[in-house]
This record gives sequence, structure tokens and C-alpha cells, in this order.
Amino acid sequence: MEGKFFFSSMRVLRKNLDPLIHARVRLGIVSALAAGETLSFRDLKVLLSTSDGNLSRHAQKLEKAGYIECIKSFQGRMPHTEYRLTSKGTEALLSYVEQMEHMLQVARSVTIDEDDFSN
Amino acid sequence: MRIEYGPIPSRTENSQNQASEHLRFIRDVMERSASFTAVPGWGMVAVGITAALASWIASMQATSDGILIVWFIEAVVAVTIAVWTLRRKARKCGVSLTSGPGRKYILTLAPSMVAGLLFTVALWQAGNQDLLATLWLLFYGAGTITGGTSSVRIIPILGICFMVMGIISLFLPPAWMHLLLALSFGGLHIGFGLYIARRYGG
Repeated sequence: MEGKFFFSSMRVLRKNLDPLIHARVRLGIVSALAAGETLSFRDLKVLLSTSDGNLSRHAQKLEKAGYIECIKSFQGRMPHTEYRLTSKGTEALLSYVEQMEHMLQVARSVTIDEDDFSN
Repeated sequence: MRIEYGPIPSRTENSQNQASEHLRFIRDVMERSASFTAVPGWGMVAVGITAALASWIASMQATSDGILIVWFIEAVVAVTIAVWTLRRKARKCGVSLTSGPGRKYILTLAPSMVAGLLFTVALWQAGNQDLLATLWLLFYGAGTITGGTSSVRIIPILGICFMVMGIISLFLPPAWMHLLLALSFGGLHIGFGLYIARRYGG
């Protein structure tokens, strides 16, 4: 099966991947929020070991796409930003995980075929 | 000098590695994120209420044996509530307590608890019960600080508060023991528990 069929199916699978989630930091934000109810900007920064600017830029993209919701408030005089995953974001993550599992299945089936061929 | 290279992965192996790496990343972030939320706030409030009740009952005991029995029963009740609510919240968050951050939390908290229990028995046998409150506060505080390193930031702060109470108890007469235990095991648990329940969803 190592040949045109495998590569064309992989190309189709990769093409269908959501580019908004495929970026590592954005995938991290969505995954982290999927496990918890809400997380603050600072919690996310510590969790993903990233800089303020980087996290803010990626979070803005996800917010624009409607994947996450930003809740701004004040704790005393300090501004406090929290994020929450929307239902659209949850669906996007679930579909991404499904696609990855499918890619893994296709790759595995090819590896098994290769082993059969070499034996 | 000859450099040894490993076998070059085929394109199928590359695709397989990439997909598994992405899935592993998602699982890892979710597990670490859950550690922010798996601490049961309402469980802590319940433990605080039972501890406040225990200190009130203990203050009415005529003998030191009676006081120790009350606190021993309270310890069993508190551990039962903590384990039950922790399991319930972990299940709600979709994480296992026997792996990842849950396991780390329990393994870092347990040594201090066991050491505290052994010291309690030793002090009891030596007839030195005046130091028991200090000992419990310091050991529980130390365990909470180390256990809290893999949890929400508020947990190590709770541990520090317990240790501060332990240090204060060194300078107070033994008669203050019941009030101090009510304020720390009762008050601190209720206060921090309410904050966690409100801030981290239950």
C-alpha cells in the first residue's frame, strides 16, 4: 500500500486539519481549557511555558474564530483575564483528535502491510 | 571520527510519529490543566466543618486520651471525605488519580502524613501531648506545600498558612490548642475551600 494511495489519503487528511488548532500553542490553549472550566491568562502562561505576547496573539486568533471566550474583570485594581472554551471550540478539538486518530490508523495499517511484504 | 546515525524513518513512520506526538501533547496539557482544577473545594469546606466540630467536641473532653480519640476519628472522617470528593471531581474532569498529577499530589503529601502519625504515637507514649497541635499543623502544612507544587497555586499558600499557625502555636499556652486547631483545620479549610469552589468549579 506504500505508494500513491497512502500519500494521497494522507494529503487529504492533512488538508482537512483545522489550521487554527494545528498550531502548537493554540492546540495547547484549547486542550488546557477542555480539561478545566476556566483558566486565567497567568495559569495558561505557566501551563504552556510561553511568553505574554505569544499567548495573547494566539488567544486572540482563537477568540476571533469563536473557539474560546475571554472574560475580563478586575481583582482589586488589577485587571484579570480568564478564558473559557466555547461549544464551537470543543467541537473543533474533538474533530481534530478524531482526525489525528484516523491518521494514526491509516499509518499503522500501512506499516502492517509493509511488515507483511518484508516477511 | 565516524558518526552513527539511526535508521531513517520511512514516510509512514513519520506520519505515525507526528499524529501520536500531537495526541500525546493534547493528553499531557489536559492532564496538567486538570491538576489546576481537580482539588475539591466543597470537599475542603466539608473537612473544615467536621474539623471545627471535632475541636469543639475535643475541648469538652476531660482526659487527653479522649481528645486524641476525637481527633483520630476526625482524621478518618476527613480522609474519607477528601478521597471521595477528590475522586468525584477527578472523574468530572476526566483524569485519573492513579496517574499523572493526581498520583504526584498523593505521593508528595503522603510522606508528611505518615511521619506526622508516627510522631504523634511517639509523643503520646512519651507523655508529651502539649506539642501535638504544633506537630500536626507543621506536618500538615509541609505536606500541603509539597503536594501543592503539582496543583493550583492556592494550595501551597494554604500549606504556608498552616505552618505559620504551627509556629504561632509554639508561643501560646497549651490551653489555646483547641481554638488554634479550630481556626486552622476548620477556618483555613472552609475559607480556602470556598475560594477554590468558586474559582475552580466545585
